[in-house]
Amino acid sequence: MMNFFYGIWDSFYYAFFEAQRWKFYLGGLKNTLFMSVVACIIGVVIGLVLAILKVSANSLSKPRGRRTLGGWLIRVGSGFADLYTTVIRGTPLLVQLLILYYGVFKTAPKEYAMWVAGLSFGINSGAYVCEIIRAGIQSIDRGQTEAGRSLGLNARQTMQLVVLPQAVKNILPTIFNEFITLLKETSVAGYIALTDLTRAGDVVRSRVWTITPLVISGLIYLILVILLTKVQGVLERRLGASDRRL
Amino acid sequence: MIDVCNLSKAFGDHLVLDGINERIEKGEKVVIVGPSGSGKSTFLRCLNLLEQPTGGEIFFEGQNITDPKTNINLIRRKMGMVFQQFNLFPHLTVKKNITLAPVTLGICSQQEADEKAMALLERIGLVEKANAYPRQLSGGQQQRIAIVRALAMNPDVMLFDEPTSALDPEMVGEVLEVMKELAQDGMTMVVVTHEMGFAREVATRVLFMDEGQIKEQAPPSEFFNNPQHPRLKEFLNKVL
Repeated sequence: MMNFFYGIWDSFYYAFFEAQRWKFYLGGLKNTLFMSVVACIIGVVIGLVLAILKVSANSLSKPRGRRTLGGWLIRVGSGFADLYTTVIRGTPLLVQLLILYYGVFKTAPKEYAMWVAGLSFGINSGAYVCEIIRAGIQSIDRGQTEAGRSLGLNARQTMQLVVLPQAVKNILPTIFNEFITLLKETSVAGYIALTDLTRAGDVVRSRVWTITPLVISGLIYLILVILLTKVQGVLERRLGASDRRL
Repeated sequence: MIDVCNLSKAFGDHLVLDGINERIEKGEKVVIVGPSGSGKSTFLRCLNLLEQPTGGEIFFEGQNITDPKTNINLIRRKMGMVFQQFNLFPHLTVKKNITLAPVTLGICSQQEADEKAMALLERIGLVEKANAYPRQLSGGQQQRIAIVRALAMNPDVMLFDEPTSALDPEMVGEVLEVMKELAQDGMTMVVVTHEMGFAREVATRVLFMDEGQIKEQAPPSEFFNNPQHPRLKEFLNKVL
């Protein structure tokens, strides 16, 4: 029995500490985190803008709203948002990444590959975030918007001060789900020769010829996801203040 | 104060308001009654364009509010509205609910708004709830706060859309009490309600709506004691 644990430890030592291999994982982790953060920010910005366009178009049912320039822009924007979510959700992330890397940014210097990957993941995530935020906004009772508007607040103020703060609470669990997925999906960056956490583990695997490096990479992902979940819990509790009854 | 000319509203093929003409003077307390589906709530919601009319015009203090060029947000500041479902903002404290619009719209400073909010809460006896959240309050308390939230904008007219219909029976009285006080202070009010007692006591004029039209209107004594229209007679027989 002890031998079994010694065996695991040896294998771990060999795959992690020997020849300073931990630096590989660390480098991979850094890249994974970099791409995730870039993608997360881009994704939330894209998602928020598209979601608001979609929701605004829905509330433009007034016949007299159609004639204004703003109304026209919202309609066009909403149509674009529909197309965007359809195409992005309808094609594999990897295909999008390869097209962006070998096509759109063909001439970009190699040191920007990480940015291209982050952008690609962000574009992809934006489509999902859009649907998450749209559903969150639409989960808020119409009466809230009506109350805001009846007090003289304009559409933007009502969205910003009344609807979105409430929607965030409903959005939180699903959007963290998306962040977790995003974090793990950055592993396809290996296809464009970036050394992310998965790739780092695989490189070490090809040196030590065991699966231990992959298990190590996996464990690091797991720890990151657990941390994200903790952050989610803290935020949910903080936003739940107004739910508590006396 | 409010002039309604040939107002109509259709949802698809369904005509909810059928060419309504009405004038509401400053200081009037107009109560609108009628069977459900008669268009009374839609009529009220058209007055501040929460529903966009499909035909006709509405003038408020001389301004055509159905004209697309009119800034409806400025008009709505002068028209308070109280909803059946209260629609307080659940993520904000009671005080924040009251001060949000005046402060956001730059009508007064946060401090002035806070003072005004406390004075209004004092008036309805809910000062101690200033920092509570709406979900911690009873329906009656929420609706009274919804009323003062609208009052914080210093409106010229208050629109009430079945303000007591969602309340437990024992809480109806406290809300009607606040509305009566408001009426005594001279506020112009348009109230859609099923509370015939309130109509009788407070209204200066009662309108009976049916099938998207105002079928009869009269001061309350005449309206209840001497109804003319057969539909109104039938209606009053059922509800009184």
